[in-house]
Amino acid sequence: MTDTSALQYTAEHEWVLVEGSIATVGITAYAAEKLGDVVFVELPEVGSTVAGGTVVGEIESTKSVGELFAPVNGTVTATNDAVVNSPELVNSDPFGEGWLIKVEFDTLPTLLTFAEYSALVGE
Amino acid sequence: MTSVDSSTPDSNIERFSPLHQAHVDAGASFTDFAGWQMPVRYSSDLAEHHAVRNQAGLFDLSHMAEILVDGPDAAAYLDYALAGKLSVIELWQAKYSLLLNETGGIIDDLVVYRLDDAKFLVVANAGNRFAAFDALAARAADFDVTVVDQSDDYALIAVQGPNALAILDATEGVTDLGTDLLFMKYYRITDAFFRGHPLLVARTGYTGEDGFELYLAADHARELWDALVVAGADKGLVPAGLASRDTLRLEAGMPLYGHELTLTTFPAQAGLGRVVNVNKEGDFVGRAASVAGPAAGASVLVGLIAAGKRAGRADYEIFRSLDAAHSDGVITSGALSPTLGYPVAMAYVTPDLARLGTEVYVDVRGTRIPATVTSLPFYKRVK
Repeated sequence: MTDTSALQYTAEHEWVLVEGSIATVGITAYAAEKLGDVVFVELPEVGSTVAGGTVVGEIESTKSVGELFAPVNGTVTATNDAVVNSPELVNSDPFGEGWLIKVEFDTLPTLLTFAEYSALVGE
Repeated sequence: MTSVDSSTPDSNIERFSPLHQAHVDAGASFTDFAGWQMPVRYSSDLAEHHAVRNQAGLFDLSHMAEILVDGPDAAAYLDYALAGKLSVIELWQAKYSLLLNETGGIIDDLVVYRLDDAKFLVVANAGNRFAAFDALAARAADFDVTVVDQSDDYALIAVQGPNALAILDATEGVTDLGTDLLFMKYYRITDAFFRGHPLLVARTGYTGEDGFELYLAADHARELWDALVVAGADKGLVPAGLASRDTLRLEAGMPLYGHELTLTTFPAQAGLGRVVNVNKEGDFVGRAASVAGPAAGASVLVGLIAAGKRAGRADYEIFRSLDAAHSDGVITSGALSPTLGYPVAMAYVTPDLARLGTEVYVDVRGTRIPATVTSLPFYKRVK
């Protein structure tokens, strides 16, 4: 079980796990719940350069489309093939098996704390 | 004539179904639908969709509008007010119809049930409740008929899916059915009682499956909901939200007002020309415009299917080629079909693109994805 209070967050409903210079990124349970059942995930290429705050992927449910924003400037070092093949992992385990991408970064921008994100979504 | 308006509620007030607490208890997520807080899903919209296709789903449709038409001229009045010939339907029969405006556009699509020789129940969309009632009331001026908006008094619960018959049959407290469920045909209705309270049981729906729609007084809705849940416990019944209802009706090729049908859509464009009876005696509202028909070159509704998993959605544009500068159509409803596993959509396209098998392109957020014009519905149940 992921300790969600130890993660950082964005206002675009991503969570970020920072380990050294690698940020693992997924969408929050709140975002997954709002989307409904995820049926298709498109992620950036491994090795591609991403700019913080820009759209780098899409998360589609039957009802709507969510955009994945890169939380940091950096290079994509890994994407979660399991989620591409089984998009429902985003719903069943958003903070774990449902992770989306890993990005290697130089500097980490200021992200939201668990308390700040919780306040944002009113929970 | 008399028309009784049940005091027009403020449209800005959030409205709750008489079954709201049942949905809260079941852990539903809610969405605003025409001012109503309705369940969008309980746990998984895909699971709810598959339950309706394979077993059964329970829907709360209490937001829909029930308008009662009663009086000696009821049948003749409906022939004038609506596009179809309602006077010919038999007692306890249902008919899908359209409420047109003078220019031939669609104010609402509705289902009409004949409850007596001179008494009909008209069921309209929640979002069109007041527009439909106002039009129906205005058209009653020259007829001996009363038109009453009873929406606030009625709850509507739908049981849909292959197990719907067995579930309703096993529901404790449903008695005195005017027609045995086994012998009840599709698009028929019958009267009954639920624990002593009047109940209407219609074999209608909006999912492409067999099923029933149950009308009763709002005060007894929770009791009936709970009795259905108990009866369905060993028959795969799950509560189902509006998200699954939308994908179910899309697969079944059924239009949704505000998407496929609008005030400026001619029924003929939507493939509903058969619903407009221009041969019936007497005038009806929208007749002249319907006879004239839509302008030459007006777009027509088609089905689209595509490969892969990226679905075109409402408002996405259709192009005739990869490099066409101008769009030749627009999607009105679209989703990755849960039953079929590929993207399906309904779209209005220029007539030259409407031929079955035509290859077009859907602009999916900047990428043109090939799609093929196909016949509707996308899904048809095996009877």
